[in-house]
Amino acid sequence: MTGAGASNGLVGFARALRHGGVACGPDRVQAFVAAVGCLDVARQEHVYWAGRVTLCGEPDDLPRYDAAFAAWFGGVPPAPPRARARRPSHLAALGDGAGGRSRAAVLKVAAGDVEVLRRRDIATLTPAEKRHLDELLAVLAPVPPTRRALRRTPARRGAIDPRRTFRDMLATGEAVRPRHRRRATRPRKVVLLIDVSGSMKPYADALLRFAHVVARRMPVEVCTLGTRLTRVTRQLRHRDPEQALAAAARAVPDFEGGTRLGETLKVFLDRWGQRGAARRAVVVICSDGWERGDTALLAEQAERLKRLAHKVVWVNPHAGHAGYEPVQSGIVAALPHLDRLLAGHSLDTLHALLEEVRLA
Amino acid sequence: MTPEELAAELDRVGYLPDRGIATAAFLAWRMHRPLFCEGEPGTGKTSLAVALARALDLPLIRLQCHEGIDASQALYDWDFPRQLLHLRALEAAGPVDVEQAEASLYTRRFLLARPLLRALEDAPCVLLVDEVDRADDEFEAFLLEVLGENAVTIPELGRVTAATPPLVVLTSNRTREVHDALKRRCLYHWLEHPDLAREVAILRRRLPEATERLAHQVASAVRRLRELDLLKPPGVAESLDWAEALLTLGRTELDAEAAATTLGAVLKYREDARRALSAGVPGSVTGSTIGG
Repeated sequence: MTGAGASNGLVGFARALRHGGVACGPDRVQAFVAAVGCLDVARQEHVYWAGRVTLCGEPDDLPRYDAAFAAWFGGVPPAPPRARARRPSHLAALGDGAGGRSRAAVLKVAAGDVEVLRRRDIATLTPAEKRHLDELLAVLAPVPPTRRALRRTPARRGAIDPRRTFRDMLATGEAVRPRHRRRATRPRKVVLLIDVSGSMKPYADALLRFAHVVARRMPVEVCTLGTRLTRVTRQLRHRDPEQALAAAARAVPDFEGGTRLGETLKVFLDRWGQRGAARRAVVVICSDGWERGDTALLAEQAERLKRLAHKVVWVNPHAGHAGYEPVQSGIVAALPHLDRLLAGHSLDTLHALLEEVRLA
Repeated sequence: MTPEELAAELDRVGYLPDRGIATAAFLAWRMHRPLFCEGEPGTGKTSLAVALARALDLPLIRLQCHEGIDASQALYDWDFPRQLLHLRALEAAGPVDVEQAEASLYTRRFLLARPLLRALEDAPCVLLVDEVDRADDEFEAFLLEVLGENAVTIPELGRVTAATPPLVVLTSNRTREVHDALKRRCLYHWLEHPDLAREVAILRRRLPEATERLAHQVASAVRRLRELDLLKPPGVAESLDWAEALLTLGRTELDAEAAATTLGAVLKYREDARRALSAGVPGSVTGSTIGG
């Protein structure tokens, strides 16, 4: 094989890999070709590792890489592919209910209805009203909670800032009034865990939209809970809400399935929470608390979460209904470890949630 | 040099790399690209950088990242107390020309080089940027500039460029997603826990006084612990600690009793210890497949 032929083959492999879902841009491909140049192109193992370190960017890429490598170069890749199969998604898009309606229907919702809409239960909205709610959600202006930062910034009072004081002295040539500095504040992390099981169906779409709005304003991690845990932070980073939600919907394989709160919460804490996402963060769990699994596990995990997080807030859409009592098995198990139990069934209650998060 | 030779060099200094690690490190070194290492805690990301420095006989410069880290902690800072003293000394000597005084203050003499600047000045060297996932987004952007150009501009002094790019190893425990722009400039390697044979070899290499039997017992017990559903599965560092604890107590094998008294070297959560004991992990090692 000539040099040009070899590099054509490599580029072709990269294209196949991209097709397989690994986001390897031209600069990565270039690095791949360069890497193979440093190694022995005739040895499959060398090509395998050269590609793996240059073309992959996260652990989820690795099984796809192994599959593409096996398909393109034939034979078995030198490293055994890891058992981390991804299930195909069951669902096309979240916003189907309202998506088909014409915009004219939306406009019929008069401005005066907004006040009413704010208090209405999201589950009872008509598709047109729901469209309107989406627009209202999009203009929410969440303010992140804050924590003290390590860095100091200029202030009127506080410790003396030698650097600035010294600069002043240098400029005027004599002693001046000392400048001060103090600890700045930084946004505190927020984690949203949204239950997308069957019983939460009327609320899941609005809650994900809410998460998208929040994610655009502050450092947020968003995961969906159901029979399994799916991290959708990346998908929600999309600027456009429709695209972000569609991407999130594609990523969630267990939409409208059952709930295993304890197990999924455990997965969250093992994979993300304990390592940093939940540490000293404000964690919001949006769920109705119907637990099909073992509530002892949920209680254990809620306690663990409580120890890691700054504040734990549970949002239950049913908590806003008249005569609500926290009797669902999941809520009962988790309640001793929560800082707050809030309603989350209407725009107003979501506003209240934002306020709660801001002050956390 | 080939990846195999680099592997042999790493082996010589006590780090036993698998194929992937050796090739990734080799490419990072040859292509002058930073190596971004991710993986479970305790899979040897940090020690890889330490071992590379020793294997290639280069100085190791370490930058530990944390929340709120900024340029003055990572790159350089001015030594204000000394500048102030210098200014006082100038004043005491007689009338001062302000322009000149200022110029004399911002010289290399009063510059405190922090790890990144030191790495550029001391290159060739190995630069370890540890736990980059703990730093903030702004810091990543800043790192991007330094790593991309192997140079940094100090307004008062000018540009400092590395003669040879340092071999950079970034580590991340994935507490947070690192920005794509940073990853794109790096080679990426995901480290797994070593397989049984390699872990035994690592234990034997680092603790020569441990017998093959003890190393095998510890490594297989740790493997079983990793399969349990623990809050913090033990890494290689923990197996080393465990074996060392056993040796310190004068134990030559890992029986149930020895395991129970030294379990704190491997498991750092009460829940984990309870789970391991109820699964009978340390106890089962005695009667395990190794045989007498």
